[in-house]
Amino acid sequence: MAKNKDSNGYTFGFAIVLVIVVGSILALLAMGLKPMQEKNEEVKKKLDILSAMMDADEKGITRKNADSEFEKYVDLDKAVVLSNKGDVIDGIYALDGKVIEGRAFDVDIRKEYKDKKRDKNHRNFPLFIGDLNGETVYIIPVIGTGLWGPIWGNICLDSDMNTIKGASFGHQGETPGLGAEIKQQFFIDRWIGEKISDNNGMFKPFQVVKDGSGIDESKVDGITGGTITSKGVEEMANRCLEGYVSYFNNLKKN
Amino acid sequence: MSEVTENKKAPREPLFSKKNKKLVTDPLTDNNPVTIQVLGICSALAITVQVEQGVVMGLAVIFVMVLGNLIISLLRNMIPSRIRIIVQLVVVASLVIVVNEVLKAFMPDVSEKLSVFVGLIITNCIIMGRFEAFAMANKPWPSIMDGIGNGLGYAGLLVLVAFFRELFGSGSLYGIKVLGSNIPGEEWGLYTMGYENNNMMILPPMALVIVGVIIWVQRSRNKSLIEEH
Repeated sequence: MAKNKDSNGYTFGFAIVLVIVVGSILALLAMGLKPMQEKNEEVKKKLDILSAMMDADEKGITRKNADSEFEKYVDLDKAVVLSNKGDVIDGIYALDGKVIEGRAFDVDIRKEYKDKKRDKNHRNFPLFIGDLNGETVYIIPVIGTGLWGPIWGNICLDSDMNTIKGASFGHQGETPGLGAEIKQQFFIDRWIGEKISDNNGMFKPFQVVKDGSGIDESKVDGITGGTITSKGVEEMANRCLEGYVSYFNNLKKN
Repeated sequence: MSEVTENKKAPREPLFSKKNKKLVTDPLTDNNPVTIQVLGICSALAITVQVEQGVVMGLAVIFVMVLGNLIISLLRNMIPSRIRIIVQLVVVASLVIVVNEVLKAFMPDVSEKLSVFVGLIITNCIIMGRFEAFAMANKPWPSIMDGIGNGLGYAGLLVLVAFFRELFGSGSLYGIKVLGSNIPGEEWGLYTMGYENNNMMILPPMALVIVGVIIWVQRSRNKSLIEEH
């Protein structure tokens, strides 16, 4: 071992060795674990969609059986991808706006939302069609920004393509006990029963309120101490749901 | 602080000698990292809204601190003193990332719960403080004991603060409604008698007040802890 620990040479040498060792350990670890992490993410996506449709806890759906349960309720072949105007696109938008082949399930709305290079008109809007005991339900994935980072969720519409039947929300790092409460059932319950369009088939934006008037139509009570996150959910729901209304209108006409 | 000075010729002391035990018990009471050394206050404010969060964060910090103390202590004779803080930072950061990556692959549910804390663990001054003040100057085994002690002292305080904040702020403990329910239409327990949750408790400043009260109680019981000015 070098005797003079404080020499410049030793200091630089130590720093370089340390960085190389730590860097390669982390890189190897990340590469080695990636397949498992990706699988976990896919399962999580399925679990989130199922939680929007039903009480997944009650039905005993966990990560372990989410794959097989998902097939029972959701037919991925029926899922469609819409443009921001609500037209069905045959495939998915690539970054440059060209339509390429792809499945609705593979659309990563979180990546597209963050990607500054992507034209807002070329975002993909997936729609999953579920089957709950013979009743058709529509599940819309949503993505937005909370206080500290991204928030996301799935909103499930009843067979009337209008009433919210259920939802599931998630977040990356909202404040525990405050903004993080959007995940809780009590907050989701406030959204259930709200309608996304009025009688004329126009989109009706939601309002997250502080004054306790959440019982009113299109109004949802926010979370005390979690105002910015609650507002983030409002913005997320309004921006993501709007495009679907015209698609549903066309669907109803036919 | 009870730092053990190194003496290579000293006879091997037993693993659980009095001195080593003191390393674990001291931070729990008279040398608590939060109330006496006033380290780690920032995370004590951020994540003491619910007891569960405090427990998870406490466990994570114990784990990182023990492993980190061990690594730093093993490397202590090799680390150039001019870049020691950076080296310590690299050790904490990579440990936290390793833990996070492994959890993501094998225990995704736990990883989701912890994701909030990853940043808080890296910036936790107790960890860096113990690396610098203890592990840099002591053998691996005492360093491990010191890590356990300080981790427990920190975790204990988090849980104590979270206990009061969750009880009075949300009327629950570990997510279980112990004071009754205030959901409109299905009220029971204290809420039927007009009891209201104190929303102030949920906000971060109240954590400071509670930590302050704990410091006050502790120092009035043990006068030797009061600093002279």
